[in-house]
Amino acid sequence: MKIVVCVKQIPDPADPGALDPESKTLVRDQKLILDESDSYGVEMALQLADANGEGSVHLVSMAPDNQIAGLRTALAMGADSATLVSDEALKGSDALSTARVLAAAIARSEPDLVLAATESSDGYTGTVPEMMAEFLELPSVTFAKAVTVDGNVAKVKRQTEAGYDDVHCPLPAVVSVTAGVVEPRYPSFKGIMSAKSKPLDQLGVSDLGIEPGSVGWAGGNQEIVRIADAPSRAAGEVFEDEGDAHERIVAFLEDLKVL
Amino acid sequence: MGLDKIWVFAETDGAAVATISLEMLAKAREIAGTVEVFMGCDGEDYATELGDHGAEAVYCTGDLDGALQGVSVASAVANAIQRGDVDAPDAFMLGTTQNGRDVAARLSVKLQSPVITNIVDLVLDGDDLLGSEPIFGGTTDVMTKNISDNPGIFLVRPKSFTAQAVGAAEAMLEDLEVGDLGAVGAARIIDTFAEESQGPKLDEANIVVSGGRGLGAKEAYAMIEELAGSLGAAPGASRAIVDAGWVPYSYQVGQTGKVVKPTVYIACGISGATQHLVGMKGSKHIIAINSDSEAPIFAVADLGIVGDVHKVVPKLIETLSD
Repeated sequence: MKIVVCVKQIPDPADPGALDPESKTLVRDQKLILDESDSYGVEMALQLADANGEGSVHLVSMAPDNQIAGLRTALAMGADSATLVSDEALKGSDALSTARVLAAAIARSEPDLVLAATESSDGYTGTVPEMMAEFLELPSVTFAKAVTVDGNVAKVKRQTEAGYDDVHCPLPAVVSVTAGVVEPRYPSFKGIMSAKSKPLDQLGVSDLGIEPGSVGWAGGNQEIVRIADAPSRAAGEVFEDEGDAHERIVAFLEDLKVL
Repeated sequence: MGLDKIWVFAETDGAAVATISLEMLAKAREIAGTVEVFMGCDGEDYATELGDHGAEAVYCTGDLDGALQGVSVASAVANAIQRGDVDAPDAFMLGTTQNGRDVAARLSVKLQSPVITNIVDLVLDGDDLLGSEPIFGGTTDVMTKNISDNPGIFLVRPKSFTAQAVGAAEAMLEDLEVGDLGAVGAARIIDTFAEESQGPKLDEANIVVSGGRGLGAKEAYAMIEELAGSLGAAPGASRAIVDAGWVPYSYQVGQTGKVVKPTVYIACGISGATQHLVGMKGSKHIIAINSDSEAPIFAVADLGIVGDVHKVVPKLIETLSD
């Protein structure tokens, strides 16, 4: 079973960067890391490949400036190989362009199963996996909180507003997994060393048969018109607890007449 | 000025129309002359309520027999437009729900329309419809418009607008034909499970008491439920402890969970990551208890207590029970 996992490399969420007022894009000049949301997809893939016995795990990522640190982390966790799509033409890509490029890169490996996080920790549009499925003409199950593969069928517990649905989906398919679906492993020292020699392909958009003018800024279908500071909440009072905090809270609630 | 026509994706909550769908209808009425609804189920039982909230027509796929809404509804809508059975609307509005996001994403590819996500407000700017998205934990608003030749798709966050009935007549029912989708539509729902929590519903409660990683251990969440119980509140949680498996996803407040706007929100042992703030900073009053005085949660709290939740919360429960 061939599994492809989509991974996003993002700025460290502890240092989210800023919006460039000119280009209205995220300024990310620092080194990118593996989005924690994607570590669940990588772990899920590794476990499914193990359970299958003859499984392989290939990573696909799109990132600016040939950044590969996040891919190396996922390779160190145990993935077999990776493809990075990096191209000046991709700057400013929206979800639709991103999904198109990722789908084209994924299609090259003819996978049985494509895994992705439900949403990234920085852009969180939550639409890219389902868009990729549409480009790939594959069925999809999003928001998976558990995934098993039984023969040629993915059996997924799909989160719903009220609880979850059991969904059966024939392969090949795209499945997006929620955080917490599995416990991601930490890369071992051996894993980190071997990651350095694992195959890592680097492609541009024309390698994927995509016209550079149809993606990124040039192919964009949406435009940011303006950016403004949101009205902020007035700061309240902060107290050190000296054993009487509960009384302050009760008084606060009594004032609001909610008790 | 205004748009001619908006299509709102309606979802259901048992026998009723989902609140998010009614909220969007209220906004759609403000900005468009004609508001119509599309849904991935049999619409007959919902036509009265949808009409009462301003929908003139309801386009329904009929029962999907276990097929997923995303691929089914998007295919049916795109086919109807491309065949010329219906006139394309100027914009689509869908809720930021599991099915809403699936339908929007598939529709986006089929129509080559952008999806403008995480929208909390829609504003008319001449002939343009702008979606407003809060970023950086809600400190900055980004206004985005569709520049394609196709209808824009807006994914709207729950609780962005207030639902309001207008007393209009029952909406007219129209068919949306899904047709045979082949392999791409082959996923099937085999069974459905509900995770019930005690007390009022999280997104409807007047008071919400949430716990986070500061509780230290899964067992400590019991005191959050006890405090919630003594206040008639709904218990909630940060993403961190949902991911850790302490409580089910249905408890989660935040970007990827529920958006709540109660009269009082009590955050216990929650540091206030962007992910969480986005889901609760619309609360009328916020109380935060956290041991770290630098925690971002204190920037939005009306009453902040720098202290140990394990000391403060039990005393609070005891005082309230007297």
